[in-house]
Amino acid sequence: MTIFRVEVARRPDLPDPAGDAILAEAGELGFRNLTAVRSVHVYLFEGSFDRDAALRVARELLADPVVDVATVDDPLPAPSDDVVELLVAKKSGVMEPVEDSAMLAIRDLGLRIGSVRLVRKYFLFGLAAGDALDLGRRVLANEVIEDVLVGPAPELSLFAKPAAYVFRRVEIALRSASDDELRKLSRDLSLSLSVEEMRAIRGHFEALGRDPTDVEVLTIAQTWSEHCKHKTFTGPIEFEGERIDNLLRTTIMRATTELNRPWCVSVFKDNAGVVRFDDANDVCFKVETHNHPSAIEPYGGAGTGIGGVVRDVLGTGLGAKPILNTDVFCFGPIDMPADRVPRGALHPRHVMRGVVSGVRDYGNRMGIPTANGAVFFDERYVGNPLVFCGTVGLLPRDAAQKEVKPGDAIVVVGGRTGRDGIGGATFSSAELHETSEVVSGGAVQIGNAITERKVQDALLEARARNLYRSITDCGAGGFSSAVGEMGEKVGASVELERVPLKYEGLSPAEIWLSEAQERMVLAVPPENVDAILTLCASEEVEALSIGRFTGDRRLRVLYAGNLVADLDMEFLHHGLPRVSKKARRPLRSEAVQDLPEPREDWGDTVRSILSSPNVSSKEWIIRQYDHEVQGGVVVKPLQGVHNDGPGDACVLLPVLGSTRGIVVANGMNPCYGDLDPYAMAASAIDEALRNVVAVGGSLDQVALLDNFSWGSCDRPEELGALVLAARACYDAAVSYGTPFISGKDSLNNEFNTADGTIIVPPTLLISALGILEDVRLAVTMDLKSAGNRLYVVGETRAELGGSHYARLRGIRTGTVPQVRLAYARRVLQAMARATASATVRSCHDCSEGGLAVAIAEMAFAGDLGADVDLRRVPTSPTGMRDDVVLFSESNSRFVVEVAEARAASFERNLAGIPFAWIGTTTADRRVRAIGASGKSVLDEPIEALRSAWKAPLSFDAHGAGPPSPASGSSTTAGGRGGPR
Amino acid sequence: MTRVNVLVLRAAGTNCDAEAVHAFARASANVERVHVNRLVEGRVSLDRFHVLVIPGGFTYGDDLGAGTVLANRLRVTLHAELTRFVDAGRLVLGICNGFQALVKAGFLPGPEFTGKVTLTANESTRFEDRWIHLQAVSGLSPFVAEGTRMYVPVAHGEGRFVAQDAEALRALEASGQVVLRYVSNAGSEAAYPDNPNGSQRGIAGVCDPTGRVLGLMPHPERHVSRLQHPHWTRIGDPNADGDGLVVFRNAVEYARKHLI
Repeated sequence: MTIFRVEVARRPDLPDPAGDAILAEAGELGFRNLTAVRSVHVYLFEGSFDRDAALRVARELLADPVVDVATVDDPLPAPSDDVVELLVAKKSGVMEPVEDSAMLAIRDLGLRIGSVRLVRKYFLFGLAAGDALDLGRRVLANEVIEDVLVGPAPELSLFAKPAAYVFRRVEIALRSASDDELRKLSRDLSLSLSVEEMRAIRGHFEALGRDPTDVEVLTIAQTWSEHCKHKTFTGPIEFEGERIDNLLRTTIMRATTELNRPWCVSVFKDNAGVVRFDDANDVCFKVETHNHPSAIEPYGGAGTGIGGVVRDVLGTGLGAKPILNTDVFCFGPIDMPADRVPRGALHPRHVMRGVVSGVRDYGNRMGIPTANGAVFFDERYVGNPLVFCGTVGLLPRDAAQKEVKPGDAIVVVGGRTGRDGIGGATFSSAELHETSEVVSGGAVQIGNAITERKVQDALLEARARNLYRSITDCGAGGFSSAVGEMGEKVGASVELERVPLKYEGLSPAEIWLSEAQERMVLAVPPENVDAILTLCASEEVEALSIGRFTGDRRLRVLYAGNLVADLDMEFLHHGLPRVSKKARRPLRSEAVQDLPEPREDWGDTVRSILSSPNVSSKEWIIRQYDHEVQGGVVVKPLQGVHNDGPGDACVLLPVLGSTRGIVVANGMNPCYGDLDPYAMAASAIDEALRNVVAVGGSLDQVALLDNFSWGSCDRPEELGALVLAARACYDAAVSYGTPFISGKDSLNNEFNTADGTIIVPPTLLISALGILEDVRLAVTMDLKSAGNRLYVVGETRAELGGSHYARLRGIRTGTVPQVRLAYARRVLQAMARATASATVRSCHDCSEGGLAVAIAEMAFAGDLGADVDLRRVPTSPTGMRDDVVLFSESNSRFVVEVAEARAASFERNLAGIPFAWIGTTTADRRVRAIGASGKSVLDEPIEALRSAWKAPLSFDAHGAGPPSPASGSSTTAGGRGGPR
Repeated sequence: MTRVNVLVLRAAGTNCDAEAVHAFARASANVERVHVNRLVEGRVSLDRFHVLVIPGGFTYGDDLGAGTVLANRLRVTLHAELTRFVDAGRLVLGICNGFQALVKAGFLPGPEFTGKVTLTANESTRFEDRWIHLQAVSGLSPFVAEGTRMYVPVAHGEGRFVAQDAEALRALEASGQVVLRYVSNAGSEAAYPDNPNGSQRGIAGVCDPTGRVLGLMPHPERHVSRLQHPHWTRIGDPNADGDGLVVFRNAVEYARKHLI
């Protein structure tokens, strides 16, 4: 084999988009001396071919002859003497999809290639070497997965191969361990188990008369992790003198049981909840969190979050086709001064860019539209951002159930196994701290979306041909979790040496627990194994049988004939001791601050709220996602004349050519959680449902998903807030008639610094999936024409607690918007009737920023004006101040545009509901409001409102785009799966 | 009436195949999805098809540049068969990633332009999904009549059409092979974001010298029904066809007239 080095760069006389993007981000982070960046791809090959062939590879594959230059063997000359050369390469064993694709294409040329390595080189103009290294670490690379060094050329030792693994049986001396030693073992092995749990394991092995192996202890720790078992949510809780035996079962699941809807096909048992869609199909929906990996490596963490939830859907029932992605993020303030970012945390702006790029590159490559989401900013998400990724799937009606039979082969399909993400299940159950960035590097997975897309293509074909009996994804805990769960009822035996590896040197424990991405596990009847392996090969997907399901209810793991685990499934799945936790109602400040002096004109305030990052336009993010692939998105995230208005929900046609659709929406407001967790949860549900109704949906068939991201529930007040929020979920779901079908909790979202612990605000994301029988009745939020009536539906109360107005004015107390359940249901049902009878031209829900923001957004989206009289707005009590009417965030309200000719019919649909005709749409492109005094209190041109709303997150009018930390390469992969 | 047979080619990372199938089905064609490897293995022959479509996606991750790995496979293993297909008077349509692959494989705009034009990173340096106005400025390709206006989405990160030099650009325009341009809403020359990627002369789609091989970055297959139009709640008539359907209808009609 000969080693060649090929360098490729943009022609020196042309702009370098990758370099320009880095320059822009570096400028934002304060590298003012940097004047230009040029990027170079350096490929190192080991191949059995000559230099002419290497030249061919360079010219035909690696360089674009029109815009690039390339050299073979000689490095490209530095563009000037005054540059620093910086090199970035993936650490050994970290996935780099470019290398795999290069191998494939070189083979297509008929050449024999051994291996390829990619190194990214940057010429930095104007920086000293020390600053360049700093820039490299903060912008160009993430040292969790990449090495950064200042030039010269990278050494060819990049091809060093890891040593082969030599088998050694590892036993853990548990039987002789004291309680203190158990605690130490739990910590040293990163088991995240309590001493009570460690004692249960010790007792089990004492009875067996032997010590456990490393694989056994790690398997138990993974199976018993908070991430997989939801110990807090399902364990006993002492709350204010009351014993709650199982919070999940007595609140969220109870609502589903009591509602007992016939269209709920599979709830709370599979990787995603499944509901009926039409005569031929069901739909499923799952939302996952991927918070801790995203904190450490935002690009890889968020990408693997999407990859993981997509695999959940691929592994639901006999496998569903992913048709929609959702994404909801919580970040620290993006304008936070660098010196206020705690040590060990990444800057929120960097986190946001990385997360958005990660979701973009994975979702777009998979070909799944990302068409619903939200972004929320708060100081307490620094160090522990929240990343919620959701996927909706479509599956045939007879494919929701699955069953493993003894004798079935265990077939692994997809990516190879490496040392990626080891310990993710236990890691995600621990809190982050200053050194997490360094010690937990192994917990970060990097993925390859195209591998997952190939897996999808192969599996959907295999499902159509009925080749397998059961399927699940490899998520948190890898094979341990996937095989352990699939085989729970029957038992399984696995031969680890058969697992295809990315590189040598992995121990049995590493193979068994690896969270390498893009892998699925199937139960295949023996007679179908050949057919499935052939099918996978035809789709360029690796597949292999690694064992079989047995029938003895034991989990046996072998490595080259050595038994490395032999566990009783009963103990593994049901031996976890239930430990009671204490909960207390959180203390609330009773002192209510007075509202500031009223003003004569609220234009400034409206613009300030529109400019607050939580309310402002997310267009910069939305446009980076392909929100229209598959052709089914018919109510889009950006709406109106200029395609820039914020839609309330997504409407999608799962089957092209049909008019039956789904509505997907979300609700979340952590601002309320600080003051009133019960009201926060109820408000999130109301918000998700009114978004469904705002686009033309109804409450007739809506399924809900819950995602709790909380601080440590070892603190009684955190747990108390969880109890209250869960109870609100039950009350609201029952009242609206909308069952929960799936959910997830992430209960250790905190960041430890020298100055104390930063705990995220209690954050509940509610996602809603509704059915829209005829999408042609859908409604968007942009005003349609001048001279139409404007209505407010629903009553406005003095509920400014946690509102954006209160935030703006520095008020930290007050009454949080409540949900009056029976009333709220009636309002939403009435609005659904009004849209179903085609009386509504446009409709927008009132949420963050209240009535003022809703009207402003409708106006500029429609390129029209609005004249309204605040005195007509239905309020309780009557006679409220103008700012309360404008900015209160009372739930269950809508602003609705109705044509004069349909007004009577519209009003009939709302009989018995508080509503009022408050004004008219106008052609003059101004938003005007008359206040309590009878005088104008608001008169703003819509362009002023639009530009205020667009300013905060429009990083670039044109050009100067944001780089992804991986500089536009493809990568990413899956997160964690597992039903709750 | 005999049905027109359309092959929608897919490869690892193809992801707009479903909407391409739907668009041709709506245009009354008989459509099959076939993996490129089946053609390479000889298990499926192009012979019984009248139209070949290479749809959008991120084939092989676009890891070596958009469409490059698929282009390499087409060029190295399927060149003769594809050339025979085109020479037999049949139609080839490359959309988005399919366009990128046809350009990089040398099928578009044609051999005399190989290495002279390319599709490269958007001027905005990032992937963008947005709706744009297209104007057909040549009558050379049977897929679209000169003067046709379409409102369709783009969704790509590497769609900027550039030529090596002014001479290549002039030659391409003189030959009538520039078929589609980005224009403003009013129909005039487009600046960003109407020209979403900074393409020279607003070039959005080009054909080969025969006109029968067409490539374009925008997605006409994502606007075959009014319901896909972002403003359908404003303009009404949700049962109407979308602007992009004409591309698929024209192809089917051409095939019916000339190839059956």
